[in-house]
Amino acid sequence: MALRQCAIYGKGGIGKSTTTQNLVSALAEAGQKVMIVGCDPKADSTRLILHAKAQNSIMEMAAEAGSVEDLELEDVLKVGYRDIKCVESGGPEPGVGCAGRGVITAINFLEEEGAYEEDLDFVFYDVLGDVVCGGFAMPIRENKAQEIYIVCSGEMMAMYAANNIAKGIVKYANSGSVRLAGLICNSRNTAREDELIMELARQLGTQMIHFVPRDNVVQRAEIRRMTVVEYDPTAKQADEYRQLANKIVNNRNFVIPTPITMDELESLLMEFGILDEEDESIIGKAAHEEAASA
Amino acid sequence: MATLSKEEAAALIQEVLEVYPEKAQKDRAKHLAVNDQEKTTKCVTSNRKSLPGVMTIRGCAYAGSKGVVWGPIKDMIHISHGPVGCGQYSRAGRRNYYVGHTGVDTFGDMNFTSDFQEKDIVFGGDKKLAKLINEIDGLFPLARGISVQSECPIGLIGDDIEAVSKKGAAELSKPIVPVRCEGFRGVSQSLGHHIANDAIRDWVFEREGGGTAFESSPYDVTIIGDYNIGGDAWSSRILLEEMGLRVIAQWSGDGTLAEMENTPKAKLNLLHCYRSMNYISRHMEEKYGIPWVEYNFFGPTKIAESLRAIAAFFDDHIKEGAERVIAKYQPLVDAVIAKYRPRLEGKRVMLYVGGLRPRHVIGSYEDLGMDVVGTGYEFGHNDDYDRTVPEMGNATLLYDDVTGFEFEEFVKRVKPDMIGSGVKEKYIFQKMGVPFRQMHSWDYSGPYHGYDGFAIFARDMDMTLNNPCWKNLTPPWLKPVEEEQRAIA
Repeated sequence: MALRQCAIYGKGGIGKSTTTQNLVSALAEAGQKVMIVGCDPKADSTRLILHAKAQNSIMEMAAEAGSVEDLELEDVLKVGYRDIKCVESGGPEPGVGCAGRGVITAINFLEEEGAYEEDLDFVFYDVLGDVVCGGFAMPIRENKAQEIYIVCSGEMMAMYAANNIAKGIVKYANSGSVRLAGLICNSRNTAREDELIMELARQLGTQMIHFVPRDNVVQRAEIRRMTVVEYDPTAKQADEYRQLANKIVNNRNFVIPTPITMDELESLLMEFGILDEEDESIIGKAAHEEAASA
Repeated sequence: MATLSKEEAAALIQEVLEVYPEKAQKDRAKHLAVNDQEKTTKCVTSNRKSLPGVMTIRGCAYAGSKGVVWGPIKDMIHISHGPVGCGQYSRAGRRNYYVGHTGVDTFGDMNFTSDFQEKDIVFGGDKKLAKLINEIDGLFPLARGISVQSECPIGLIGDDIEAVSKKGAAELSKPIVPVRCEGFRGVSQSLGHHIANDAIRDWVFEREGGGTAFESSPYDVTIIGDYNIGGDAWSSRILLEEMGLRVIAQWSGDGTLAEMENTPKAKLNLLHCYRSMNYISRHMEEKYGIPWVEYNFFGPTKIAESLRAIAAFFDDHIKEGAERVIAKYQPLVDAVIAKYRPRLEGKRVMLYVGGLRPRHVIGSYEDLGMDVVGTGYEFGHNDDYDRTVPEMGNATLLYDDVTGFEFEEFVKRVKPDMIGSGVKEKYIFQKMGVPFRQMHSWDYSGPYHGYDGFAIFARDMDMTLNNPCWKNLTPPWLKPVEEEQRAIA
């Protein structure tokens, strides 16, 4: 089987890293050979696989060694649960330097060192919340990830972010082979969440590939720096991740997305009762002004 | 070819513009003009973004700050903050002469760089800068201060060089001046001059405890905007001193931090390169009430005019001094003109340079009987062109931010006897058989300022224009037979 490269995007805090690692564990359990490339300066994309606090990242070790040319692949590539290969690009602490350049440098390094030439079925890029600059779009450029999964939930800002990411994909899809492969709904238990995300997916021209319900076992496993699949293979939630993994293995639904306008998104939210009909009279009114006019 | 008429010059511009696509044609048309001394409104558009695809001759904001304004301050260390190339390729190339022991108390010819690597981009360069500042203090204790000249990446990754500079300055009790002259800012080096001027205002003038004990005299003046290229400021300074003035600062050729700090105590600021240092001169006028006057020390006519204009700010003692200086050098001027004018009379020159030269050197050519038939600025503004129109003859060409194509076409048609421009242009025109002088750093010669400089200028123009090599451009096998036979005989 040819190597499939997938990137996971989504609003910050939506559960990208947790979902990715649980998904990858399920893939590995099913015999797939997988590598995770963390593209987030926080470097927390591989901790559940490695049972570690945070893996030494490429940029961190390059800084220590002097330059990235001084590194060898085995210095930065760690192997965890069921032989899942783990790499973190790493980057600066918040507020300094250029994290985007860190991602670019790290991915170039992996390519030059032949990290992708090994016997692999899947590479997953776990990318920082928003595509804030060119660096964070690196995983979806030419010859990198061709399938994008967006993690979202039924909350307004998560859907707003998903739509923005779809806009970013359109730009690269038109010049390359990157495609939107589906939305992963990581449930927040909002009303009619599955229907809402299915409708959003339909409007974006894609699918909701799986609805991952909320379950406390995920947190219990996380405290132990483990995925659910490893911590409690019998848990119902582990089956959910297995289903997601299976759907991704068999996924053939790759599209150039059709992002929607802000108005369309708002009317979708209104339809599902998340947003009230816009009341022009309250725009720009502070609380004390409202009290005075009431 | 005879001098162009107004109509011919206008037609030439039109013809050159023809080859451009419509949009480029519309843009470039605004930058080209036939000089008309009657025309009082703005003659050409300037200080605009260069067109992509043309060969422009401009530099960047970093070049304007590090290369022009700050670089020559000899007792400070100027850090080229970023990757190594900007600092290395701007090192010592401008021939800003200075006196001192390089590497001990002066640092003009050296390159200090933070040599950015990938990790510095990703993790930020502030810590490296702080370390570099400490190393400089340890290795070069006689450096009076440090400036941090930002290269492009600094502005992209959001490094806080101001905070590092403040902390370093407090620790070392020396001024450390952060300069935000990232190359991508502005359309040319011109914004870099302005940024550098502002950095002097904010970090040198405003610094507490700056300046040294200083006893004022009524005749204190400064030289502003002379970069001492090939010794220009020195051959200017002696004239001012001979007329009775005291030069308390040179900005920035052979200049020092202390001189900058003492400048607000001057009685009059003398401004040579208006473009690069009018900002700080205006600031000193507003804040300290110091008047400033533009002057021109190229060629005896302009020198005499300038000496008298400067003297007009002072008492009779100085006015008499100016006359004495003019009279003293008259025999030298007469000898130079007697020797060279017959060899240069009537020759036509086209210029394309930066700063003050496109207008300031016209006088020296005219003193030798030569005509400047075309001129233009790399990075001038409207006020530069306003000052140029009266200096240029009618029906001469003005070209702003000229493109490689335009310049070559103009030269082919105008057929000047000599061109004065930069090193990129030099070899193209020499191969076209046109005598050429590199007028940015005086082609390894100089000084050209002052009376002494005029003598050197005249010699250089003569040896370039009348060099026997120009007669040998045609290879022997293409020469007419009789000529060859005559040569054998």
